[in-house]
Amino acid sequence: MSASDFEAVIGLEVHAEMLTQSKIFCGCAATFGAPPNHHTCPVCLGMPGVLPALNRRVVEFAIRAGLATHCTIEPTSRWARKNYFYPDLAKGYQISQYELPICLGGHVDLVVDGTPKRVRLTRIHMEEDTGKNIHDAHGRESLVDFNRSGVPLLEIVSEPDMSSPAEAGAYLRALRALVVYLGICDGNMEEGSFRCDANVSVRTRDAKALGVKAEVKNMNSFRAVEKAIAFEIDRHIRTLEDGGTIVQETRLWDADREETRSMRSKESAHDYRYFPDPDLPPVLVSQALIDEVRRTMPELPDARRARFVEKLKLPEYDAEVLTSRRDLADYFEAVVAAQPNAKAASNWVMGDVLRLVKERKLDEALVITEWPVPAAHLGELIALIDSGAISGKIAKTVFEEMVAGGGAPRAIVEARGLLQVSDEGPILAAIEQVLAAHPDKVADFRAGKDKLLGFFVGQVMKATEGKANPPLVNRLLTAKLRGES
Amino acid sequence: MTGLTIAEAGAKLRRKEISATDLSRAALQRIAARQAELNAFITVADEGEVLRAAAAADARLRAGTPAGPLDGIPIAVKDVIATAGLRTTAASRILDRFVPSYDATVTARLRTAGAVIVGKTNCDEFAMGSSNENSSYGPVRSPWDTTRVPGGSSGGSAVAVAADLALGSLGTDTGGSIRLPASYCGVVGMKPTYGRVSRYGVIAYASSLDQVGPFARDVTDCALLLGTLAGHDARDSTSVDLPVPDYTAALGGGAKGLRIAIPREYFVEGMQPEVERAVRSAVDTLTGLGATAAPVSLPHTEYAVSTYYVIATAEASSNLARYDGVRYGVRVGDDANLLEMYRRTRAAGFGPEVKRRIMLGTYALSSGYYDAYYLKAQKVRTLIRQDFTRVFANADVIVTPTAPTTAFRLGEKTDDPLQMYLSDIFTISINLAGLPGIVLPCGFDAAGMPIGLQIVGPPFGEEVVLRTARAFEAATEWHRRRPPEAAS
Repeated sequence: MSASDFEAVIGLEVHAEMLTQSKIFCGCAATFGAPPNHHTCPVCLGMPGVLPALNRRVVEFAIRAGLATHCTIEPTSRWARKNYFYPDLAKGYQISQYELPICLGGHVDLVVDGTPKRVRLTRIHMEEDTGKNIHDAHGRESLVDFNRSGVPLLEIVSEPDMSSPAEAGAYLRALRALVVYLGICDGNMEEGSFRCDANVSVRTRDAKALGVKAEVKNMNSFRAVEKAIAFEIDRHIRTLEDGGTIVQETRLWDADREETRSMRSKESAHDYRYFPDPDLPPVLVSQALIDEVRRTMPELPDARRARFVEKLKLPEYDAEVLTSRRDLADYFEAVVAAQPNAKAASNWVMGDVLRLVKERKLDEALVITEWPVPAAHLGELIALIDSGAISGKIAKTVFEEMVAGGGAPRAIVEARGLLQVSDEGPILAAIEQVLAAHPDKVADFRAGKDKLLGFFVGQVMKATEGKANPPLVNRLLTAKLRGES
Repeated sequence: MTGLTIAEAGAKLRRKEISATDLSRAALQRIAARQAELNAFITVADEGEVLRAAAAADARLRAGTPAGPLDGIPIAVKDVIATAGLRTTAASRILDRFVPSYDATVTARLRTAGAVIVGKTNCDEFAMGSSNENSSYGPVRSPWDTTRVPGGSSGGSAVAVAADLALGSLGTDTGGSIRLPASYCGVVGMKPTYGRVSRYGVIAYASSLDQVGPFARDVTDCALLLGTLAGHDARDSTSVDLPVPDYTAALGGGAKGLRIAIPREYFVEGMQPEVERAVRSAVDTLTGLGATAAPVSLPHTEYAVSTYYVIATAEASSNLARYDGVRYGVRVGDDANLLEMYRRTRAAGFGPEVKRRIMLGTYALSSGYYDAYYLKAQKVRTLIRQDFTRVFANADVIVTPTAPTTAFRLGEKTDDPLQMYLSDIFTISINLAGLPGIVLPCGFDAAGMPIGLQIVGPPFGEEVVLRTARAFEAATEWHRRRPPEAAS
């Protein structure tokens, strides 16, 4: 058998830390960056006798995620305890959802290499995050920081619907864009607020049953997820081709060595002894709450793309690129708000602006706030072009100056005297001058060498330092050469 | 002075015949005098702290603005209930030096009401036991006969009230842990409806069964204490948001017209004949007061003990996972690896009964056994609850014995956990059904040991339970009999 006889089957489990102000079961701040154990209280430290009290905002965020991914929002879901021992797990169990999660079904639609692809979701559930173990590099001490203990998480579980690292990457990027759009997660993979575990198996193309899977953890970037999956697919195929068998296990991605390593096998897997948490009543979601969440949901990428095409008359491609990031779409809309020419705005944003964003690696920020030029200034520049005040060519020069910190475009144009000349008088004077200087070329043109028109236009533009209105130059020059006036 | 009821002492305090300072000092002296013999307390509150709280109560009383009927009253608190700044051990070595930074909601309610917390009472480790012999701090002894057990798990709280060490106390009841010691010690003890009193800050044994309740010398005091403890608490999601009635107002209703149900399953072969006689005689007393009594059946009673020991231990196995030596409490094996540290800490920190229940519960929740044990037990629990619903369609209260026997001797059942578990056969179903139940004295056996009458009501039927209990108490003298060496 060769590698092409196999197909990969990939499912992803994503943990998204929610952007609520307080933790899921206590009033502690859920934000990052505080000194260790400063955002803690008896509840998130698991002190004796304390009890969890649900932050309702978490349920609203979960409903948002469920509605955005076309899930069924369950009217009744339950909290369950996942029991295991680890120093960063304060209570010796994690409060999660197990048999009855809040969202079931659903899907995320993608375009991978130009082909539409639907990835189905199994479920979305809510749970609490654990603390963090910190291993002292100098001594034998291990320390625990419980600031993260009780920060709310959404776990989004896909069906095994992906068959390549590229599909997995596209799904993950789409999901990240979605949670960021929804304002429920900052999507930061490096800092671990958006985490992904991959279930990977391979099977022969004619096989019906799934192969034995490996669960891969510890990837902290999109690239790492794609590389780890590619590594696993390759490892599975090679193992099977060599007559070996795959064992079900959990493996860790080593980003330095670019390989996965076995962490624990199925036999040594935990028995989490899930059972319904007796401290928390079932989560009841009314239709009224669902309607309320739907009403207050931010516009999603799909809807925004459709609106750009229908209302702003943008080409599909432009709409796709502009809505790929919420911050980019917001910037574009701010340019359109400053002036009405959406297509021109799209051309500038997708062209000059995005080129600079990429050059300066501004898109590595979770949310781009430092744009090369303010949206209002770009709008003003487009308005200057459309009103005929400057030419497109001059606009490029003005844009460069804006980027270099020159301020608002109108001020630049005025200070540098770049306003376009649309008065016939000065242009006609320049034409007279050019024609007088090139009598032979005038004769050639009149003898039928039409191509020389470009030469004359260039000479006139040069004579007017580029400020002459080009269509006007064209019209006046043509009339003059043909002897019409 | 410490032999007064709360109502009596409160009246004297408000009339300034006694002071809260004198009353608290008397309680501390009394605790110290009886501690060696009874071992009712694990930690006695710092005298300075106690007297400061008493002085504050005195100031309010002098100003004529008492915080309520408990202002200045010395109260003892079971050691599974968190008290800020006062050691809270759950009678377990693993929490030997644990001092909470927070009050349980019931503790805070007592403080707000002006009660003076005099100390933390001994109990079975993590409230697991029926005799109070499972404490890491040694057994509690009955003031009626110090060779006998006070009942468990809230033995210290029952003894504190019976032996006049405090005027009232708090216990917790998961399968009978208030009612059984109340019965064995001849005092009044009440388990409220599940959800009536907040569990926040109460060290969990079995979360779906645990409930805090009062011990008192009579039914009136019990109503006063319950009125202070009860009410919704946003920090306990299982507490119920219902208004708290004036429980003392319910006391005068009398027994006339009450429909009493007598479940035949609660009179079993092998029970002490004196217990059955006393309970049947109590029913006669109530019918003599105008109540009607009818036999009923609670057919799933025989499954209650096994159902309880699956659900309670399953929840306990998870609730007790936090005692891992990482954040607080005892740690053993600091120099070993993580797994070894866990093993040594929990091996040294927990007593044998706690380990037995953790193992039972872990097994019941294990993959492959969950359906057969935990899930099945939950289904049986529903059937038990439905038994009671059916009975309460035609009855106001259910009256039963509290336990098959009176208090047994120390060591008599410690080698036989199953025999010990059967002490709770008449109380466990009430927890599984989440119902309110009170126990009060209704007689004595030939050895002079108290017999307790159990009165059970429908959910949130505390008022009818208290009314029935008070009607019986008013017609009898049992609650006036005091153990030897009671305070004058």
